[in-house]
Amino acid sequence: MTIPELKINDLHVSVEGKSIVKGFDLDMKGGEIHALMGPNGTGKSTVASALMGHPKYEVTSGEALLDGENLLDMAVDERARAGMFLAMQYPSEVSGVTNADFLRTAINGRRGEGNEIPLMKFIKTLDKKMQMLDMDQSFAERYVNEGFSGGEKKRNEILQLMMLEPKFAILDEIDSGLDIDALKWVAKGVNAMRSETFGCLIITHYQRLLNYIRPDKVHIMMNGRIVKTGGPELALQLEKEGYDGMKAELGIKDDETVEA
Amino acid sequence: MSIQVKDLPFDAEEISKFAEKRNEPKWFSDIRLKGLAHAEELPLPAPEKTRIADWNFTHFNYQIRSSAGSQLSELPQPVQKVMPRDAGNVLIHVNGVPVYSHVAEHLKEQGVIYTDLATAIREYGELVANYYFKTTPIDRHRLTALNAAVVNGGTFLYVPKNVTISEPFQTVYYQDAPSSGLVAHTLVVAEENSSVTFVESYLSDQAVGEGAANIVDEVVAKANAQVRFGAVDEFTEQMVTYVSRQAEIARDGRIQWALGQMNDGNTLSENATNLEGDGAAADIKAVSVGSGSQKQNFDNYVRHVGKATQSQLLVRAAQMDASNSIFNARTKIERGASGADGEQTQRVLMLSDQARGDANPILLIDEYDVIAGHAASVGRVDPDQLYYLMSRGIKQAVAEKLIVEGFLAPIVDLLPIDTVRDQLTTLIERKVG
Repeated sequence: MTIPELKINDLHVSVEGKSIVKGFDLDMKGGEIHALMGPNGTGKSTVASALMGHPKYEVTSGEALLDGENLLDMAVDERARAGMFLAMQYPSEVSGVTNADFLRTAINGRRGEGNEIPLMKFIKTLDKKMQMLDMDQSFAERYVNEGFSGGEKKRNEILQLMMLEPKFAILDEIDSGLDIDALKWVAKGVNAMRSETFGCLIITHYQRLLNYIRPDKVHIMMNGRIVKTGGPELALQLEKEGYDGMKAELGIKDDETVEA
Repeated sequence: MSIQVKDLPFDAEEISKFAEKRNEPKWFSDIRLKGLAHAEELPLPAPEKTRIADWNFTHFNYQIRSSAGSQLSELPQPVQKVMPRDAGNVLIHVNGVPVYSHVAEHLKEQGVIYTDLATAIREYGELVANYYFKTTPIDRHRLTALNAAVVNGGTFLYVPKNVTISEPFQTVYYQDAPSSGLVAHTLVVAEENSSVTFVESYLSDQAVGEGAANIVDEVVAKANAQVRFGAVDEFTEQMVTYVSRQAEIARDGRIQWALGQMNDGNTLSENATNLEGDGAAADIKAVSVGSGSQKQNFDNYVRHVGKATQSQLLVRAAQMDASNSIFNARTKIERGASGADGEQTQRVLMLSDQARGDANPILLIDEYDVIAGHAASVGRVDPDQLYYLMSRGIKQAVAEKLIVEGFLAPIVDLLPIDTVRDQLTTLIERKVG
């Protein structure tokens, strides 16, 4: 199997006419886990939504290549079928559609007509992954995210990740609002995905999650771009010194912050 | 305001002969003639924002012999499809004529009556007379009067005191005679402390062409009785439908309506629940999908009379193509109905630029000590939901279909017969797809 590759060059993104991401670069390969950290409002989530193709986010320049193909030319569903996945901060609720139907439709959408997943195989896989995430079997028949607690929604995102097996996943603040137990389950799911054919970008404010999912690289983002890249030790340093320490070190002025 | 309509194509002499041929008792043919007299004078109903003056409610053939055999295997294919997979309590009408029926012996022994209207007025005349046109007045308007005058089909379900039945009663009407009219009148009577589930399906074949349906359903739930009433309407696009479903609920009685209103033709629907007794409750759920160029008007009405009465009304609809639907939800709380609680929600999804949908929430409250609420929205598919589903690799068209089907699912799930649930699901898929 070839190792997938995601290359983002000089990405600029605006939301409602306001420039938020200003020259974002990132290279990732399958098998790697990267963490993207930074204070509120530096554009981390904007990068994630723009890469997935949320209609509200306008890419004004730059490129994003997945295995050489320009993601930015694709519709949202095409990006997903090409191998992108975004675990969302605020997943939508879809009434009347069961989790199981949703997942099966998504999987079959990737596999294409005539190559649908056999029902028994689907059920078995789903059961196994749900067990791994300590999710009750009833979640399969519940409507997508409807009435789920915050933690349940996050776990449901990871369940989808595990079922869809994308090439690259972006986890957008998957740890916010999670208690320590839920955090461990989420980490377990992501760690189970680790392989040469899967790369993961974890967006987070806190070092805590990185205790459970050890990143290969840590990027610090401020004012719409990556300002520093290092190993796991960078996250620890950040935890100790805070973003202000980092700003002082890098000589970044505490200017504009923007909406996430 | 009175609306001028074409003259009726039948007279007293013709109707008397029709009644005679059917061996009907005098009290019944008298009601027919009374209905005719009213139909000649009364105006059509005047639904808000829907022009019905040019709809053909009156010109159709109501005297039809059924062509269907009475063996199960001879029943039309669409009828066989909605019948229960194992023998249930079923009544099948083809062109208004009863062609097949089955009722479990143990239910008959308990005094349950389940038969077609024509048989009921001959064999249980007194009982039928007690309930016929009692919740719905004959002279409400021209269409109810017309129902009385030329009724040619219907069902009678009677459940005695203290009898509770878990298995459903099903009625299927199927029309295929050209230019035919189905004029059906159904009575569901649940005596004190009884419990019953009734489901009706209305189907027609394209062969009917420009036909009509005039349906009046009356439900009576006595003290502490429970009625679950399900319906799926599936008439073809050239048929004009008037359907009235009305219930009268006594003390601590309860009704649950689950209505799948999926006609392809112009439809005028009146659904009304009268919570007469203290503690009476109603749960009304209705779905519809407008398609093609059909025009529809739905009026769902709940009237709180008794103390501590409760109602919940949920209407969900999707509007496709160039369809046009008006949805009125009316909750009336009368003076003296203290402790009443009436909630209504109407949601209409617009799936085409040419479609039109109007949701009108109306609360009329004459009592202080009550809870009442309403919510109504008309809008498009939520872009965030669409983005979410698409971000998992689902194509836009498939994602939209999932969202719409999911949106209509809460009512489908309520239908108690799996074949009828399948009927509604298939219908939604066809109309939305």
